[in-house]
Amino acid sequence: MGLVLLGVSVLTFFIAHVVPADPVLAALGEHAREDQIRSYRHAYGLDRPVGVQYLIYVHRLLAGDFGISIRTRRPVAEDLGEFLPATVELGGTAWLVALLLGIPAGILSAIYKDRIFDHLARIGSLIGASMPVFWLGLLLLGSFYYRLRWLPGPGRLDISAIPPPPRTGLLLIDSALAGDGAVFWSALRHLVLPGLTLGLFSTAVIARMTRSAMLEVLYQDYIRTARAKGLAGARVVLRHALRNAMIPTLTIVGISFGNLLSGAVLTETVFAWPGLGRYATTSAISLDFPAVMGVTIVAAVIYTTINLVIDLLYARLDPRVRYE
Amino acid sequence: MRGWIHACGMSKLAPPRRRRWPYRLRLLRRNPLVTLGAVIVLLYSLAALAAPLLAPHPPLTQYLEERLEPPSAQFPLGLDQLGRDIFSRLLFGARLSLMIGLVVVVIAGVLGTVVGMAAGFAGGRVDHALMRVTDIFFAFPSLILAMAIAAALGPSLTNAMIAIAMVTWPVYARLSRAQTLVLVRREFLEAARAVGAGDLRILTRHVLPNALSPLVVQASFNMGDAILIAAGLSFIGFGAHPPTPEWGVMVSEGRDYITTQWWVPTFPGLAILMAVTGFNLLGDGIRDMLDPRLRRAG
Repeated sequence: MGLVLLGVSVLTFFIAHVVPADPVLAALGEHAREDQIRSYRHAYGLDRPVGVQYLIYVHRLLAGDFGISIRTRRPVAEDLGEFLPATVELGGTAWLVALLLGIPAGILSAIYKDRIFDHLARIGSLIGASMPVFWLGLLLLGSFYYRLRWLPGPGRLDISAIPPPPRTGLLLIDSALAGDGAVFWSALRHLVLPGLTLGLFSTAVIARMTRSAMLEVLYQDYIRTARAKGLAGARVVLRHALRNAMIPTLTIVGISFGNLLSGAVLTETVFAWPGLGRYATTSAISLDFPAVMGVTIVAAVIYTTINLVIDLLYARLDPRVRYE
Repeated sequence: MRGWIHACGMSKLAPPRRRRWPYRLRLLRRNPLVTLGAVIVLLYSLAALAAPLLAPHPPLTQYLEERLEPPSAQFPLGLDQLGRDIFSRLLFGARLSLMIGLVVVVIAGVLGTVVGMAAGFAGGRVDHALMRVTDIFFAFPSLILAMAIAAALGPSLTNAMIAIAMVTWPVYARLSRAQTLVLVRREFLEAARAVGAGDLRILTRHVLPNALSPLVVQASFNMGDAILIAAGLSFIGFGAHPPTPEWGVMVSEGRDYITTQWWVPTFPGLAILMAVTGFNLLGDGIRDMLDPRLRRAG
């Protein structure tokens, strides 16, 4: 993992410092004076060799210094801290949606293979995996907010709601801690549409994987043995089959987290959700590279960590896997 | 010698290629979803090729007096906010999206396959180093890395294609490496080497053809992915720009009309959904045809 993160730093450095035409002009604007340019180049070490620049870059990253955002004029790390909780809350909801819908759908699909439920679930997961997230968000917003008024629209809270004192930045937890039921309810309702939008793709992928993993397992001899012993159907499926089918499913659950982070960029744009994704797009449009690279690095670190955790979970689920 | 082998009926050891196709076509027929995928892909390809012939109106012409009009006989899918015919724009959009998909598949496929085969064939340190490079690319959520690359290169459709290829090539690398690792241990490669074939010849003539099937499957999925990511990038402003008839741009431009003139953002999104579904179905189908084990598991 350390090696991967080192690579992440090399790649982001390359994208941010080597690819763009001139980071100084991007930062100072086209009308910067000669001495301003010189002092900026010196301050950021841009007058030194690329290798040295990279070392400075890594040194700063390790200290949690992502540079100053060109657009907000604040340290990128501060911006990231402000926008991260909204994305965590949205991504967590979407992940929950994906697990709670995807895994049961996959199991039932495998048990009732080639029956109506299986066909419907397969068609559903096929469409879900091919759906443009931003378009789905727009459709849901159009129907359930603008037309039917069943659910609230863009943003994390009703305009009239007073946000709870920030402790974790997660509105559900903060409002629960503050004992503010109305705000909790408002935050929860605001999460429904973006959570479903973002979660659908992962739901589809997880359902597909669970189904095929379950099918692989259900026809094995030890399942027949378990049934022959007279164990109840549900017990065989849940205790014997699911445990083994979960191993390949777990890989997909980890990979789907990357899809969630990608999808968050689009979902947050559609739902005006004040998270990292929306921060990244607004920053990228104004060529605010420190901010864009900050989000990119944080996303890579989160994604890599999740997959490491999943690798470790393998060992718990599958005794044959041992890490040294 | 060759004649002798034929005379002994040895050539029957390798079944003639032609005979296998009807069987595969039967499989296609047995799986209606795959057929549907093939039909969708075919229709989109036709639409893309014949867009100027099929489109009832030019894609950029503005009929301002009839702007935002609902679908009618004259304008089958209605008009957008600038009075452009949505159906014609979708047809020209098919050209763009399929071109994006093809360009991405070619760049990512060639790059990934070369890297993967080199890694699997060379083994040792080269393999280790190349695979660590792919690990780095896998560490990023794809759309976020694509956006960073597209932003650094400057927002344009060409740069979006480069960015998408940069985030999708590692999959080809892993697949072709795995195939190469299996193949290099096989006897027929030993035989090829024994008769004096060089590394390059072995890789291009013996390894690549045998490693191709999973790569073809991946290419089909990659087409769908590329179309989806490109539409996403265009939607947030890092791909095609207005007034280009690109589907993601069309959804983005039409998003304010979702309640009042639903057809403006709905049809372009539907076009994306169907195209991606088509390629995913086709990928599934080709994989099932090539892999007898999966055929059984259904």
